[in-house]
Amino acid sequence: MADMTFNEIVRNLFEGFYQNGLIFIFTLIFAIPLGLIITFGSMSKFTPIKSLPKFKPIKWIAKTFVWIIRGTPLMLQLFVVMYAPGMLFDIPMKSRMTAVLIAFVINYAAYFSEIYRGGIESIAKGQYEAGQVLGMTKRQIFFKVILFQVIKRITPPMSNEIITLVKDTSLARIVGIPEIIMCAERFTKSGLIWPLFSTGLYFLFFNGLLTILFGYFEKKMNYYN
Amino acid sequence: MSVLKIENIHKRFGKTEVLKGVTFEMNKGEVVAILGSSGSGKTTLLRCINFLEKADAGKIYVEGTPVFDAENKTKISAKEIRKNQLNFGLVFQSFNLFPQYNVLDNVMLAPKLLAKEREDYKVNKALIQSEIKKDALQMLEQVGLEQKLESYPCELSGGQQQRVSIARALVLKPKVLFFDEPTSALDPELTGEILKVIRNLALNKTTMIIVTHEIEFAKNVADRIIFMDDGVIAEDGTPEEVIDNPKNNRTRSFLNKFNELK
Repeated sequence: MADMTFNEIVRNLFEGFYQNGLIFIFTLIFAIPLGLIITFGSMSKFTPIKSLPKFKPIKWIAKTFVWIIRGTPLMLQLFVVMYAPGMLFDIPMKSRMTAVLIAFVINYAAYFSEIYRGGIESIAKGQYEAGQVLGMTKRQIFFKVILFQVIKRITPPMSNEIITLVKDTSLARIVGIPEIIMCAERFTKSGLIWPLFSTGLYFLFFNGLLTILFGYFEKKMNYYN
Repeated sequence: MSVLKIENIHKRFGKTEVLKGVTFEMNKGEVVAILGSSGSGKTTLLRCINFLEKADAGKIYVEGTPVFDAENKTKISAKEIRKNQLNFGLVFQSFNLFPQYNVLDNVMLAPKLLAKEREDYKVNKALIQSEIKKDALQMLEQVGLEQKLESYPCELSGGQQQRVSIARALVLKPKVLFFDEPTSALDPELTGEILKVIRNLALNKTTMIIVTHEIEFAKNVADRIIFMDDGVIAEDGTPEEVIDNPKNNRTRSFLNKFNELK
């Protein structure tokens, strides 16, 4: 390894960062809609037993789920998803990447769901009522009136969370995904420290791009208040 | 036949009974102003009639057809409620325009969504859409906002926003148009433009119920004044009867307080 050229090292790190990118993209694709489903669950007013108006099982399940996922380390969740199926049910995880994605998607969906909930609950009651007196269905009110306002309000906290996700992807190394920091660390064994430190630049660059993108998105939605 | 008939409406929130049996009816083309101090149940009454609150007891009829009956325990479908809701239009104190749509789209949103339920929508789509636009433009012209079609609510004054919300309610051609303190969120300068729009609607024989604190205005524009006190109708009559010669003590003291302020 020590005889690798600078270019080869950089390319090696890029290959590592590609893994980070994969985790990032797929986590977003699945966690964004899954989060909305969890939000609907935690806002559910469904009461199956009429004589027990306080018994809201869907809400409780969703809330408990969010509590567990937000209350435990992502690193632990990675271990559990990776090894528990094999140990408990004798169905070992076939692919490390699948395990990582499952853990990340669940973890981020829980966080996203709370951001969504905050956004939805911050919309004035009058918006729903206006839709209602105009004869709109609940669905129409949500998709034509509420959703867009929610997206505008949650963009700053979502940007924050998504930037955190970029950095969290390096946790995948603990189940053996050769992400960028794992790649860089190999070089330290042969006395090369700079590749490890340089990984920070990859993250900075990527998050810089995201910051510009989010800024543009926020500006786009600034046409109204 | 009365266009709207309210029978013995009761509503309680927790331990407080806000409406203690309200009964009245009104004719087509009539303009009714509802006066009363804060907490007398005016707004709750409007919300009950518009299905934003569910009355605990009582009946509501539109043109003789029952649209609400608290006794009736069979579940009414959401579709049915929506259909009944469209008999009425409601203009809110706080406008409640949709901030992400411009003025024209605010007015056209509901009619466009409703049109999709029409059976001939797919066949006559272009025609229906152009009719909706024509209607919306006409309503916005009526409230004097034909110059502001592309503006967003945040770019408008409170008075202009309230006029958009009046156009938005009118475009659905409600049988009765309700106003819930339409000028309470506006400064006196802007109040005038809203009152002017309502006065014009009255001249065009629009059936309206207006909850207001503008006593002079109520006197000028309404055919009839209902004075509410403590969840019941304390007085109901022509403006001359209620405002100039109130029989009820509460009405008298309420009006006196207003006169002292002048």
